[in-house]
Formats: sequence, C-alpha cells, structure tokens
Amino acid sequence: MTGDIPGGISAVECDVLVIGGGTAGPMAAYKAKVKNPESRVILLEKANVKRSGAICMGMDGLNNAVIPGHSTPEQYTKEITIANDGICDQAPVYKYAQRCFEIIQELDRFGIRFQKDQKGDFDVKKVHHIGTYVLPMPNGDTVKKALYRQLRRVQMLISNRYMATRLLTGRDGRIAGVIAVNTRTSEFLVVRAKAVILCMGAAGRLGLPHSGYLYGTYENAANAGDGYAMAYHAGAALANLECFQINPLIKDYNGPACAYVAGPFGGYTANNEGMRFIECDYWSGQMMLEFHRELQSGRGPVFLKLDHLADETIGEIESILHRVERPTRGRFHAGRSTDYRHQMIEMHVSEIGFCSGHSASGVFVDEFGRTTIPGLYAAGDMANVPHNYMLGAFTNGAVAGEHAIDFAAETSLVDYDPADVTAERERVLAPLKREDGIPPNQIEYKTRRLVNDYLQPPKITRKYEIAADRFAEVREDLDTAMLARDAHELMRAMEASSILDCAEMAVCASLFRTESRWGLYHYRVEYPERDNENWLCHTLLRKVDGVAICERRPVAPYIVPIGNEERSAYDKQRLRRPA
Amino acid sequence: MPIANTPTTVPVVIDADKCIADKGCTVCVDVCPLDVLRISELTGKAYMKYDECWYCMPCEADCPTGAVKVNIPYLLR
Repeated sequence: MTGDIPGGISAVECDVLVIGGGTAGPMAAYKAKVKNPESRVILLEKANVKRSGAICMGMDGLNNAVIPGHSTPEQYTKEITIANDGICDQAPVYKYAQRCFEIIQELDRFGIRFQKDQKGDFDVKKVHHIGTYVLPMPNGDTVKKALYRQLRRVQMLISNRYMATRLLTGRDGRIAGVIAVNTRTSEFLVVRAKAVILCMGAAGRLGLPHSGYLYGTYENAANAGDGYAMAYHAGAALANLECFQINPLIKDYNGPACAYVAGPFGGYTANNEGMRFIECDYWSGQMMLEFHRELQSGRGPVFLKLDHLADETIGEIESILHRVERPTRGRFHAGRSTDYRHQMIEMHVSEIGFCSGHSASGVFVDEFGRTTIPGLYAAGDMANVPHNYMLGAFTNGAVAGEHAIDFAAETSLVDYDPADVTAERERVLAPLKREDGIPPNQIEYKTRRLVNDYLQPPKITRKYEIAADRFAEVREDLDTAMLARDAHELMRAMEASSILDCAEMAVCASLFRTESRWGLYHYRVEYPERDNENWLCHTLLRKVDGVAICERRPVAPYIVPIGNEERSAYDKQRLRRPA
Repeated sequence: MPIANTPTTVPVVIDADKCIADKGCTVCVDVCPLDVLRISELTGKAYMKYDECWYCMPCEADCPTGAVKVNIPYLLR
C-alpha cells in the first residue's frame, strides 16, 4: 500500500480519507470504519488527534439537542430557518435533527454523560428563542478521551503531524486524494482516496483579536481556514461566506462568556446599567447587531451579569466555566481580580471568522455531507449546515462518514495528474528555499490587521475595494518573498496562505450580496434593508479559470413550512423599554 | 532584509525539577494543538519554543507530574 512516486514523495492509498481529527473528523472516520470494517480509512491531522480541535478541553454541553419529549425535528428545523433569515436548505438541518438523538445516546455509551433530572430524563434547558435544546454535560472534559478510545478500539489508521495543503482531482472532476506536508520534517505525502471528508474546522484566524495576539482567537487558533482554501482551490462551491461569524465573548480573554451556561442559572447579558437589552441570549446575527449597537451607545460596554446570584449558584457556574472548553477563564479573572460575585464581567464581540458552528457559511453540502465535487464531503464547522455546534459536527460527521464509505465501495481510485503534485510541492516548499524574506507571522499579521480595518461590519463598499487592493499586495509578498526557516514555520506559512485566501473570499462574497442580512454578520451600510425579492437565495462562490466568481443559488423548497407571522421571531431581539 | 528576533514572554512555563522529559516523556509536546512545545537538547526538559499559544491547557492537564503551568499570554492579561 505504501510506495514512492517520482520526486521522493511517499504515497498511500485508502478508501476514505478524513482530514481533521477534531470533532466531526473522528466521528466520520469511526462511522465509516464501523459500517465497513474491511475498508481502509485514514484519519489525517496536522496536530495530534488526542487533543486537537475546538473541543480539545471538552465542552460544557450540547447547544442544539433535539430530544423527544422536549422538541421535534420539525420545530428545530423551523427555528434554524428563521434564525438564518430564511436562507437555509432544510434537508441537511432536518437530517441532523432526526439523527442527533441517536448520536447523543451513542456518545452516552462512549462514556460522555449528559445531565439527567431526578426522574432520569435528559435535563434540557431553554436558551433559544422558541424551542428547548440545551443539554449540560457534567463530565464534558472527557469528550476527546472517549472519542480516542473508540478510534483505538476500531484500530483506526491515524496520521498525526500531516497538514493537508491541496486536494487532487481526476480528469473527470472526481476527487483523487490529497497532498500533505509533515509539520515536523516537511516531508511530502500523497494520499490517494476514493472519497475524502474535510473536517478541518472554522476559519478562526481571519480577524485579529483586539489584544493583537495572533493566537488569542475565539476559535481554536489551529483552525486557520485550511479547509475552505483547499475546497476553493479544488473548485468546490462555498456558500454564504458573507455571513461572517462574530461571537460575544469575555473581552481580551476572547473566550466564550457562555450565557448559554449561565442563562439557565439566571445570569444574563447586560449593559452598563446592569439592564438586559436583548430578549434572548441565543446567538444570531440579529442578536449580535443589538450587542454591537449597545457597545456603541452610551449604555455600553456590555457585561456578563452574575453578581445578583447566590454564592453557591456562582460556584456551580464556575465549576463548569473554569473546568471545560476554555478552563483558563478562571485564571484570567484571577489575574484581573475580577469575581462574578462582586462585579459584572466586561464583554465584547469577537474578530470575524467563518464558522457554521454558530453561523451559516462554509463549503456547500447536501443532506449527505456531499460537496459539489464528486467524492468530496465536508462536515463540522467548515460545512455550511447552519448553527451546527459540537453535536452538529458529530452528527453530520457520522452522516458523511457513512455515505462516503458506501460511495467508496462502488468506485475505484481516480488517477491524478502528477504535474499537480510537482507544482504543489514547489509552491509549498518555496518559503523554505529562500535565504531571505518575510516571515509568515508578519504576512499573517498584516492580512488580519487589514481584515479588521476594512472587513469588520458594518460593511462599506469602498473599504472592501481598498481591502482587495491591499490583499493583492500581500499576496505578491506571500508568493514571492515569504520565508520559513523550519518545518514548523512552513506550517505557519501555509496557514498564512489559507488566511489570505479566506480574506479574499470574504471580500468577494460580501460585495456580491447587495443587501443587508443576518444582522451584524452582513450589515452593508449602503444597502441597509433586507431584500427578499432579489436575495432570498444562497450565494455560491467558486474558483473558475483561476478566479473567484459568485452566483445565486435558490434556497431549496422548505420541507417544514414557515408561517408568515413566525418569520420575524428573530427580528425582535431588542427588549422594549417602557417609554 | 535580515530577520530580527523580537523577545516575548511565553505563557507556558515548565517546572524543570518536576519535568521528566529527560526520561523520555513527550506528553505535553504531543498534545499541544498548536505544536509549540519542544524538548530542549541542552537541558532535556520541555519548553515553549514558539509563542503561539491558545492557552487551552491540554499540556498542563495531561502532564503526568504536574510540571506544566499555562498562564494567560501577557497581551491578554
């Protein structure tokens, strides 16, 4: 199975290749292998599957659990459609909603416990505007370990420290495999596969955090948007990239303030008067717009308010927030001598990114996780199924893994053009061959600083045009002068390349949609109104003849109808104040 | 143009007395999602080689001897 191809590059073959060992990836690989134990499934990861991805330290709960007796798949699908201003192909959301309970039960069997009430029923909390979907995970710190045990049990083939850089396609347009480079040795690897599943996380290093620290991002900083860039260069369609992800967070710490956790205990998001200003803390673009307005107003900034709660309640909240997902939160507060008991905690909004986990943009997929390239799948934060969260990554990863393994059984490996491998090797290794040049951290800083200056909503057309010119200058530097001194820096160099690709895609998609939608996520100052007549559609971006083009794609007919009076449920986010 | 080295104070600190990297342990280096830790050839102990930290804590949580401490990066503190 292992052999060398010309140029000293090693090559391996498999049925299904999964790229990314965070949340969706391990589940996709596991489900593929379990469905067809005779098959060869490889899980590729640029760090180490044991602790990679957004949930490296676990998760405090499920934000979108559709559990019989508490909510229905129809209700959930309706809520997500409304929260996304109607732009939602419902089939993937409905599929998720139907299957996620089975995945919850499976995770429970893996040893990840979910909170139950005294009667033994799942203890689901209400955070969303309409339905009830939030389920705490008392031992949420064990998620990655539990997953890893299952991968070991099925003897999964895991390749850590390989960073995928480009997909390979065959002459007929089908997926042929991937090119990867080792992050410790810079050795090249070609993996030929009948199907490839991209599970490479969000584009979390797109905007620059206010702290100026490149890695102080909201998303796991390892998630640089490599998956979006790879899908783009392979010719796959990406949907609604103008629908940015922007999160409310603890200012400077840049991690979640977690009103989802604190909300059911009585905590809430408040202005400087200690007053609520939004109806509900569930994240939507409309909620973020009200957040943004409050920040800019005389009642700003915005705070997480817990200081009215009982000491033991706060202790319980701390035992969650300071133990899982982003456990250094407690250290941050200790360092500033801030205590939930005594004062409100200053919040802010995050830098921009792409992430369907909380938003709606990403590689376009159908209800089987299929992209527009035959044999190529995507799942998790980088696929465009809206408001995925962790359970969406698990469930949609499972869906993609099961479909891909069946697809692989009916097909053969496709030949790729060896010249593509040679060209990619030259592109990737160029920064190592230079003796002088610009280090990747400076290329990255400049790109992301420009993202903040020009792309952060509210979006202004002229600023976007200036950004395009500046990005072109950075690209020239990246292509001709970027310098890497070792394999690690080369990984950062490739990430800088992905970040710039994502920034340029964000410009292209944002300029195309000449309306405002999704609240703050796509607030265009010159087109402040929502225009359902012309824009109740997806925008698809893809690479054609070397350049990015955008086109409209109709929203698929709804499976779950939405009543006229229901459509505006998420528009009324601001609390009405007595006159 | 030549490359300069700009100093930064790094967030991850290793207690050299507790670290057993010189006995073959590589746990913290293995689990870091950003791959920023290395074993020093000079001292045989783990250290933070690249200031690219998400202050996420697997290195500290998985260290078998409690030698690793993750601090908040200075710019965020």
